[in-house]
Amino acid sequence: MATSEVINLTTVKRDPTFVERLTPAGELLNRCIQCGTCSASCPSAHAMDLTPRQMWRLAQLGFQDEVLHSKAMWLCSLCYTCHVRCPRGIPLTETIVKLKQLALQEGIGEWRESTAFYRAFGEVMRRYGRTREIEFMVRYFLASNPLTALGYAGLGLKLLGRGKAHLELPRLGGEGRLERLFERVAELEGQR
Amino acid sequence: MRYLFYPGCSAESSALEYKTSTLAVLEALGAEVEELEGWTCCGASVAATMSDLLGVVLPARNLALAEQVGASPLQAGGTEGGTRDMLAVCSACYTNFRRTAAAIASRPRLLDTINQALEVEGLTYRGTVEARHLLDVLANDFSQEEIAARVQRPLTGLTVAPYYGCQTVRPYSPFDDGQRPTSMVGVLEALGATVHRHNREASCCGTSLLTTKPEVGLQMVEAILEASNPADCIITVCPMCHFNLDSYQDKVSQLVGQPLRIPVLFLPQLMGLAFGLPESVLMFKRHVVSVSLALARLS
Repeated sequence: MATSEVINLTTVKRDPTFVERLTPAGELLNRCIQCGTCSASCPSAHAMDLTPRQMWRLAQLGFQDEVLHSKAMWLCSLCYTCHVRCPRGIPLTETIVKLKQLALQEGIGEWRESTAFYRAFGEVMRRYGRTREIEFMVRYFLASNPLTALGYAGLGLKLLGRGKAHLELPRLGGEGRLERLFERVAELEGQR
Repeated sequence: MRYLFYPGCSAESSALEYKTSTLAVLEALGAEVEELEGWTCCGASVAATMSDLLGVVLPARNLALAEQVGASPLQAGGTEGGTRDMLAVCSACYTNFRRTAAAIASRPRLLDTINQALEVEGLTYRGTVEARHLLDVLANDFSQEEIAARVQRPLTGLTVAPYYGCQTVRPYSPFDDGQRPTSMVGVLEALGATVHRHNREASCCGTSLLTTKPEVGLQMVEAILEASNPADCIITVCPMCHFNLDSYQDKVSQLVGQPLRIPVLFLPQLMGLAFGLPESVLMFKRHVVSVSLALARLS
């Protein structure tokens, strides 16, 4: 959605309970007074399709689709500046993490260069219990856009040469190190 | 001083020099450090995007291990030799541990749910561990005099730009100001270095944006490199910050159309240099931007 677009309130689907799902802020989001401190503090706001202030207003009003399909959350680097500066004390950064979670759950297809990152990292964690940097990057590039890997080839070789990165064979079969813990968490989340 | 050390995934691989220099510097300062056995990933920025519960269970698994072996004030006296603080060197790990502690403190039933999950790992957590960041330990557990007393090669003539990054100092860090941090200054001065203060000390390094949205991430790295000028090197206390600032200088140079080259050192590497520790623990050779540019400034 371009920021200049007019939203027709009578035709757009809204979910007034949307904020309740946005933990940890939840109802606290209704405290937002649209001061714009978050947008002014955000190091990536300039590249977002919705500024943080606009995004929170749409969330308050229940415009779930507009928020979840926007690029804004994927430009958040978790610097926590908006979080510590919000004059209404709303835990904004961690609520952006929840937006990413909902967008991943809904299988939203835009911004695959970002969503693939989280899926690949999660898979490596589950399997090995620790991050394996090279395998994670290979999985990420394969799932997002293998051609972009070319732009990182020079750096990758340099890192291998300096011993900063090292190659390990992936272990594909067998139970992952944190498999049971991941499954137990999914089970408990399902019971709620 | 005794510490229970949680290296985290990066300090075990791409930032191995951070781990080896940290251990060597703490030893030189007379501290006793033991690595937490059986540790796993803290969940990074990813576990919480998979589920709310996973985002606290992965850090809690490590906190439970630490509690078991004596990183708990409640176990003082009960464990041989008393308690040990749990020490994290990565700012993201540190934030995950403290975020989990804050969540447990504010939601009374959360600890029960976490324990229902940890059951499959044979673990129980009572919620007593407080993780500390390496910078907190270096700045507050040792006096400037104690640090200065270890210096064999004063860093006179070297100008250093401190870089704290985000999660080292906010939002859960009790040891420094979240927006205008100063805790590194005393340590750097104790080494004899000249400190170049700048306005990007607590700005964001871009974290994973360098991979997912490089056009945005590179601008963030560039701002920090620019602000550090004219220092001889940048000093960091987080593996992610170090990776981004050290590895992307070629790409930033292409972006701005002029060569930018400034070595980036971990704080314990700089301390180790001043303490006269060997290259085998400092591992400067692993850096992308050669540290020799900065070392040449030393008399």
